[in-house]
Amino acid sequence: MPWAEAFIKSQPSHTTAPGAARELSYTEALNEALTLAMALDPHVFLLGQGVDDPSSMFGVTKGLAEQFGSPRVFDTPLSEEGLTGICTGAAMHGLRPVYCHNRPDFLLLAFNQIVNHASKIHYMDNGLSRVPMVIWSAIGRGWGSGAQHSQAIQGLLMSVPGLKIVMPSTPYDAKGLMLAAIADNNPVLIFEHRWLMKQQGAVPEGIYKVPIGKGVYRERGTDLSIIGTSHALALAQQALASLKEQGISADAVDLRTLKPLDHEIILESVKKTGRALIVDTGWAMGGACAEIGCVIAENCPQILKAPIKRIGLPDLPTPAGHTLEQLYYPSEETMVAAILELVDK
Amino acid sequence: MVINFPYQGSDFDSCDEFVERHDADFLTRLLYSMLRIRRIEEAIEGKYHEDQMKTPIHLVIGQEAASVGACSALRESDILYCGHRTHGAYLAKGGDLKGMLSEFFCRLNGCAGSRGGSMHLLDKSVGMAGSSAIVAGAVPIATGAALSAQLRGDDYVSCVFLGDAATEEGAVWESLNFAALKKLPIIYFCENNFFSVCTPLEERQPAGVAIYKKAAAFGLHSVQVDGSNVLKVNEAVADAVARARRGEGPSFIEAEVYRWRGHGGAGDDSHTGYRDPAEVAYWQKHCPVEGYADFLQQQGVLNALQRAAMEQQISDEISEAFLHAEKSPNPRKEDLYTHAYCD
Ligand SMILES: Cc1ncc(C[n+]2csc(CCOP(=O)(O)OP(=O)(O)O)c2C)c(N)n1
Repeated sequence: MPWAEAFIKSQPSHTTAPGAARELSYTEALNEALTLAMALDPHVFLLGQGVDDPSSMFGVTKGLAEQFGSPRVFDTPLSEEGLTGICTGAAMHGLRPVYCHNRPDFLLLAFNQIVNHASKIHYMDNGLSRVPMVIWSAIGRGWGSGAQHSQAIQGLLMSVPGLKIVMPSTPYDAKGLMLAAIADNNPVLIFEHRWLMKQQGAVPEGIYKVPIGKGVYRERGTDLSIIGTSHALALAQQALASLKEQGISADAVDLRTLKPLDHEIILESVKKTGRALIVDTGWAMGGACAEIGCVIAENCPQILKAPIKRIGLPDLPTPAGHTLEQLYYPSEETMVAAILELVDK
Repeated sequence: MVINFPYQGSDFDSCDEFVERHDADFLTRLLYSMLRIRRIEEAIEGKYHEDQMKTPIHLVIGQEAASVGACSALRESDILYCGHRTHGAYLAKGGDLKGMLSEFFCRLNGCAGSRGGSMHLLDKSVGMAGSSAIVAGAVPIATGAALSAQLRGDDYVSCVFLGDAATEEGAVWESLNFAALKKLPIIYFCENNFFSVCTPLEERQPAGVAIYKKAAAFGLHSVQVDGSNVLKVNEAVADAVARARRGEGPSFIEAEVYRWRGHGGAGDDSHTGYRDPAEVAYWQKHCPVEGYADFLQQQGVLNALQRAAMEQQISDEISEAFLHAEKSPNPRKEDLYTHAYCD
């Protein structure tokens, strides 16, 4: 694969000394990933509703149309299913599409192509066809986004074989996972979160990849394991920080990727602490929380010192109104309460 | 006798000019190709009850002129996708009969390694890129293949077979809009056989609105052809291919055809009442294979001896391919787990 070869040649740029790393915003990090990938490989192209307009997908696609030209960076008709299929076909025939959406809600129009086609083609074709494509979207929350503009649907897609699902939580990961996703030969879905986009963080220059399917410890501790991704884990870490004075410490495991799911890090941490709080930006029922909880229950029930706890969204659509919204989303206080309940036992 | 969907063509009445334009070899190859599909389909149908081919089949008997007419206008390197009714497209595009039958017999050496069955035939070596069991599912994918040709500067044309019912799916119109917008090198080849399983066209689409006219309204070059006439289909597709290669963008071709068998499985199911069996008999009088064979004989392009030789050659090939499929090995347990993901 030309992508892989070029990638290997450009490896040394990853060796920026940690202290010397630049600070970039989350969206700048993504923009840089896209710029590098497009410069590296002429087969990478970018599309999405408004990718070349002034708001440029929260700034993620800023300047790319000017730099790479409209055949490779183009705005789309409102045809989410059609264009997901078009990306699938383009990917089967040598291109590497990156299809960007302002909201995951719009992916629901493309479920046919994602679930029935893109994810299965390699298997149905007995390994003859590949679908190297990236579908990117940013979860909304707040500002009255409501039931149809705030959904975190990763849980709906976790059970689909053939897909990969990535949930970056830092600018470093946003860039490294985007590059890994574009280099991957399978369909990869990236779910961002609007509330993470404001942060700044250390981001090395040049091309580097964060491995898909491997989690990391954001913190190490002894009392419990907090496991999750994206904004939910960030919120849990805030809760944890506020409990420091009370002498509570925890492993904060950022899975980075929900599919493939890093069982190893989940079990390693829970076997050490004996307690698990699982957090997700999506519905608690039947999604990431449920799956991770089950992995623990299946593999190490005997070491649990307390029942597993999960914090996701209630089994309800998101209300638009501010007051109801405050009640709907878990807060730092919700997380604090759950942690205290877990460690008290 | 209720003929809901009359044949609108003129058989081969005005086809003399084709004989002048094409050489005898080309003209007889069209017949050979159609006859081969017909006999293969009959053989599959004849053995289906033995329950060795554990795959849902959708026979293309009656629609051979569409498969062959369209594919004979494509190069081997042109890309073809189709829906669930795959056999005709696969064979006409040059797919391997042994690979196809092994797939039907669920063998390891089937063209999709027993992962796809009859609804997912493919042979990438001849440009048969895939097929979808989801009605209209392959239409955007074929459009993406055309986008790839355009962006990469490859000179292949993409073609996708779709049924009349597929045009009731939104993704088709999303694809047409995009293809017209970007002037993609693609041909949407709609086989209008008037039925979606057992539901006739008039119960699914408003009367008086021709499918090809909708496509024209989307900005595509769009024509309707007699899908029982292999020469006219070939001409329409060849014209569309030439347009695509000249960078003039997508075409839509509506070929009116008739499905002689039931929607799926073996045999004619018209006795169940969704269509008058007389309508099937009526269309059989306009047989795309026999009608064309007669025409070639009248034109002095084909004689009885050559015709008999064709039958023999086809029959030998079919026997050999069935034997091959029946004797081929089944997949093993470890094959189940490969190819969910690629490296
Ligand atoms: C999206 C979808 N809806 C329904 C079906 C069930 N189905 C399978 S084939 C078929 C009829 C399709 O008719 P048409 O597209 O005209 O093709 P034909 O069978 O006539 O060749 C239907 C409804 C399906 N496979 N996919």
